[in-house]
Amino acid sequence: MSTDNQSTTDADADPGSDPETEFDAAELQALRERVDELEESIADAETGDDQKKMTIVATQGSFDMAYPPLILGSTAAAFGWDVVVFHTFWGLDILHEEKSKNLKLSAVGNPNMPVPNAVAAIPGMDRMATRMMEKKIDENGTATIEELIELSLDQGVDLQACQMTIELMEYDEDDFYDGVTTGVGAATALQHMAESDIQLLV
Amino acid sequence: MSSEYDTTKTLDVKGQSCPMPIVKTKQAIDDLDAGDVLEVVATDSGSMSDIQGWADGTDGVELLDQVEDGDLYTHYVKKTE
Repeated sequence: MSTDNQSTTDADADPGSDPETEFDAAELQALRERVDELEESIADAETGDDQKKMTIVATQGSFDMAYPPLILGSTAAAFGWDVVVFHTFWGLDILHEEKSKNLKLSAVGNPNMPVPNAVAAIPGMDRMATRMMEKKIDENGTATIEELIELSLDQGVDLQACQMTIELMEYDEDDFYDGVTTGVGAATALQHMAESDIQLLV
Repeated sequence: MSSEYDTTKTLDVKGQSCPMPIVKTKQAIDDLDAGDVLEVVATDSGSMSDIQGWADGTDGVELLDQVEDGDLYTHYVKKTE
């Protein structure tokens, strides 16, 4: 430090000796402000690194496809992550208070079903397959879709309902669970995806 | 068993499966103070890996121990901050 003082004195005495070290008051002030700015942005970046972000896009509204985004979303929230689940097309039904309680498992075209497609196509088979699955879920101690939605919202998961598909499906904003974010579109989803560590399409 | 870690609270998640043991553990930890130890009693065998993963990836908690006894999986989680 003492040499710094010395060199300043020298520069004052002889301005021509080292023009590189000469700053006028305005330049010094600008530099100080720039340093403050950079320190702030570094602090912000460090804070930002602490919290992981995840964006899930939920496009499916069948009983089985409602589970993965809800389970991953609520678990990520337990990790303290910032989570957005963007629901679009049939994914909207997961957030629809009435429809979410009647989501169906499709028996047709599902190779894991114990019956051939010709049998699965018989009216009422979807309902039967769904009932069987619901029974298994209850026996296994797996949470219901409604429980997982409430849990996710309680934990601060941002469940978003795509505005374009709300209108396309002729749903009303009041049809959704309290706490669901409406009035958002693809740009909002993309913005969060760009900032996310994890992005999933379900 | 619980006396070994001087547990502050016991969370019973027996009969519940993924993601409930994790989510409820997190909620219970939020209600505790730094230094407190939470005992989590589960029947979900996946909770062994899940609680460990959650504790590793979460600031302010430390997994003290996991005990497997028949169908019971008991976890001891300390809130560190």
